[in-house]
Amino acid sequence: MNIDTEMVDYIAELSRLELQTGEKQAMTAQLEQIIAYINVLNKLDTTGVEPMSHVFPVKNVLREDEVVPSQDRAQLLAGSPAEDKEAFLVPKAVE
Amino acid sequence: MVLRELTALELGAAIKKGEVSIKEAAQAALDAVAVQDQALNAFITVTGERALDRAEKLQAGVKDAQSPLYGVPMAIKDNICTKGVKTSCASKILGDFAPPYDAAVVDRLAEAGALSLGKLNMDEFAMGSTSETSFYGPVKNPWDLDRVPGGSSGGAAAAVAAGMSWYAIGSDTGGSIRQPASYCGVTGMKPTYGAVSRYGLIAYASSLDQIGPLCRDAADCAAILDALQGKDPKDGTSLDGQYGNLLSGLTGDVRGMKIGLPVDCYGDGLDGEVKTAVLAVADVLKARGAEVVELSFPVMEYVVPTYYIIAAAEASSNLSRFDGVKYGWRAQEYEGLADLYRKTRTQGFGAEVKRRILLGAFVLSSGYYDAYYKKALQVKAVIKEAFDKAFQQCDLLLTPVAPATAPRLGESLSDPLKMYLSDVYTVSVNLAGLPGLSMPCGFDAKGLPIGAQLIGPHFGEGTLLNAAHAFQLDTDYHKRAPKGGDLA
Amino acid sequence: MTWETVIGLETHVELATKTKIFCSCTTQFGGDPNTHCCPVCTGMPGTLPVLNKKVLEFAVKAGLALNCDITRYSKFDRKNYFYPDLPKAYQISQLYLPIARNGAVSIHTDAGDKTIRIHELHMEEDAGKLVHDPWIDQTRADYNRCGVPLIEIVTEPDFRTADEVIAYLEKLKETLQYLGVSDCKMQEGSLRCDVNLSVRPVGAEELGTRTEMKNLNSFKAIVRAIDYEAKRQIELIGEGRRVVQETRRWDENKDATYAMRSKENAQDYRYFPEPDIPPIELSQAYLDGLRSAQPELAEEKRARYRRGYGLPEYDCRMITSDSALARFFEELVELGAPPKQGANWIMGEVLGALSARALEPRDMKLTAPTLARLIALVGEGKLNRNTAVKVFEAIFDTDVDVDAYVKEHGLEQVNDDGLVREICARVLEANPQSVADYRGGKEKAFGFLVGQVMRELKGRANPQSVNAVLRELLGG
Repeated sequence: MNIDTEMVDYIAELSRLELQTGEKQAMTAQLEQIIAYINVLNKLDTTGVEPMSHVFPVKNVLREDEVVPSQDRAQLLAGSPAEDKEAFLVPKAVE
Repeated sequence: MVLRELTALELGAAIKKGEVSIKEAAQAALDAVAVQDQALNAFITVTGERALDRAEKLQAGVKDAQSPLYGVPMAIKDNICTKGVKTSCASKILGDFAPPYDAAVVDRLAEAGALSLGKLNMDEFAMGSTSETSFYGPVKNPWDLDRVPGGSSGGAAAAVAAGMSWYAIGSDTGGSIRQPASYCGVTGMKPTYGAVSRYGLIAYASSLDQIGPLCRDAADCAAILDALQGKDPKDGTSLDGQYGNLLSGLTGDVRGMKIGLPVDCYGDGLDGEVKTAVLAVADVLKARGAEVVELSFPVMEYVVPTYYIIAAAEASSNLSRFDGVKYGWRAQEYEGLADLYRKTRTQGFGAEVKRRILLGAFVLSSGYYDAYYKKALQVKAVIKEAFDKAFQQCDLLLTPVAPATAPRLGESLSDPLKMYLSDVYTVSVNLAGLPGLSMPCGFDAKGLPIGAQLIGPHFGEGTLLNAAHAFQLDTDYHKRAPKGGDLA
Repeated sequence: MTWETVIGLETHVELATKTKIFCSCTTQFGGDPNTHCCPVCTGMPGTLPVLNKKVLEFAVKAGLALNCDITRYSKFDRKNYFYPDLPKAYQISQLYLPIARNGAVSIHTDAGDKTIRIHELHMEEDAGKLVHDPWIDQTRADYNRCGVPLIEIVTEPDFRTADEVIAYLEKLKETLQYLGVSDCKMQEGSLRCDVNLSVRPVGAEELGTRTEMKNLNSFKAIVRAIDYEAKRQIELIGEGRRVVQETRRWDENKDATYAMRSKENAQDYRYFPEPDIPPIELSQAYLDGLRSAQPELAEEKRARYRRGYGLPEYDCRMITSDSALARFFEELVELGAPPKQGANWIMGEVLGALSARALEPRDMKLTAPTLARLIALVGEGKLNRNTAVKVFEAIFDTDVDVDAYVKEHGLEQVNDDGLVREICARVLEANPQSVADYRGGKEKAFGFLVGQVMRELKGRANPQSVNAVLRELLGG
């Protein structure tokens, strides 16, 4: 796989990032270099190897269904750049 | 008694005996910070007033204190949440975010009578190997102010090395505790994945992140880990360490212990002085009755790519929540919702963070998941198996921490791939969820510290700490203080 | 050309747990904005999810009831996308190893019986609520719903008509209510449905291009949206144009679907295994335990009522239309009420009283022992049916002791034959015209006379014995 600017535009949009033209060229080159290097993994035959998402056998970690009082709303909203004491505010998001 | 020369345990004992008050200790630390940190930039936030208030409260309970660390001043990496105290991850995007809750480790430390001096500088979102990517400016190495302290827990390593704090709590995703510990000449440990709760650690790569100590020696390390470790109901991936009290297990007796030297870790790319100093650790332990065996670890060329695929993928998801809505910083000018997201994230994240987010989005994106992300999970299984095989032949592995000693400021960031490659000795430990310890084992001709890494099997912390303790009984590298310790 | 409509459903059902799926906040509906929230469900940095035991249990129970294979080794995955109702910018869901797969549900419509295959059932978290405030021209985000547990049930494209879709949803609703895993209230959004629809010429093997319709908030909306969308697609193809694969939104007011903006259609969710939640491994013992604890479902109840109590099919359906109602009925029968009488009371008085008050059966005050006693009093001849209905109305909202109420209001049936005979005679004497009319062949006059007797006895007489005595005296 070769990384081109079109691909960088696509993943930037997925990531909600904007790259200026110069920045985009540099990023494309760096990512291309990194991906080329990462391709070394293809040397290793992993046919039949089960992908390991969790490294060791912890399983079935469950919580009882018991209500704990919620957090004070003012504390939850305190760090927001835009709120009205009740809700977080964003530009129009509802159709 | 010069307080800053004491280890955390020595200071704890002096406090318990009443030879020094907690306030005196706190004040000494704050004075050191005031003088030295202008040059070092190890702290993002110093909570002096809080520390002195807490000192008084703690002093009242000193007689009933159980923990050997009671009253000892320490500091916390700025990606660990502290209630009501700014937690920035060294990023612009978090602004002045003060979490409404404490991380689980902060609760545990509070129970042990810890006293926090403030929050430590780091690479932005723990992404970097030099602590230069911080929005709050780079941290300097106390041994040479023109050099980096390593990263991402650079502030933590520098603060402990310079005597500004008796110990520090850092995080390690691919070497972020061990490598700065090595560059700054302190002892640091990444525990087994799950041994310490991650609740309240702002995630970089959730399957690899672990919290751990940076401190003066193996004994301090054991005592801190005793306070931190254990299952937390708020972290589903945490579990009880199958070891009891680590501190009381430090006998220095390593007779019959099998030290494995993976020959693949001592080949090309390793600095000669580093190699000599690390191999000398084997000789010291041998002299104490340990056995040394050479073995092969044939997956070294795969560890860095595997690490960067997994870490970047998880990071791209973990960092999506920073969007200027719920907390932190929001761009000043934007048109509509989509633009708010783009402007906030584009202006709020630094270049290295963006690079990893983009790489992560790529390896997970439609059409590439199998070739990259799934492949990396398969290679991860192969790496884990290589460790399992190695630990059939030995009790622990001895390797370098980094290929060379601390580079100059500005040398690394220009070539990201080269910087990634310098993580070659540390990242595999995170991929396999193993414990890894970094300790000072010598100095190069420039007078910079060299670190050795000990790697153990799951929950092999006791073995690692005992080996490190044995080594430190016979050497004094860990006791040397940098010139930067007297910057005044 | 004749066209066939092909439909598949994705149904989201809110589970009736006390707490959210990954934190201990309440799931209670409503509440002031952001008051049922904590650092975990508002996506604060550093927080971690821990799975609610009950969510797993409910999901497995639902899977078993829908005849699915339960996945013994299951995992959660992250679905990544930016939207202000999703504070972490990813939804924790299940893509690769959903908890249940390959199920089947049998449905009945006027066209006959049919089996709908279930592709999969998975657990996930709900998102928050966004409300646009025109005064400040800002959207307000409320995270109370964030993290409420959902199961998503995905069918194969097995439906051909809107009737089948509704029959399936009714059946699903009934099953989940009986299991007690969800209350399935569409008006509160605890059952939501997305419809995937395509058309093809009858007899064609290949599926046409499908569209996905969202925002269907009632059965009525589902039926109309299916009709509209099928027609739209057939017309498009008829005009030689192509159906575009897209997400469309149903507009209740305009009675039409419209395409959502293309940006929202660009979907690359970058799913990957959720590293914060360890895998779920279910033991045989766990599954056996849940299987043996599965309650009797509506269909089994209907069969039992038919066979055991000889109730007509109509009665069986009415009574099992709600699990609380069915439980109420079974309790009546256990307390000795004759099944058919119990059924009549439920279908008549109980459902009538509930609908007059807009109440759900589970919210009813009246208890089965009270109604059983009322039925018994009628059976024992101590209360006549009409009086009993009045008593029922009087005590429905309070559930007081029936015997005490009857006594206090002097409502016992008069079973004193001598007294009835005396009153009848007196009434005949006082109404010679009516007696003459009756004898002249006017049956209506008889009714009047019965009414007079009942009035004298304040309605407490047994109507049958009044009839008998009057006829005797008149016909003599």
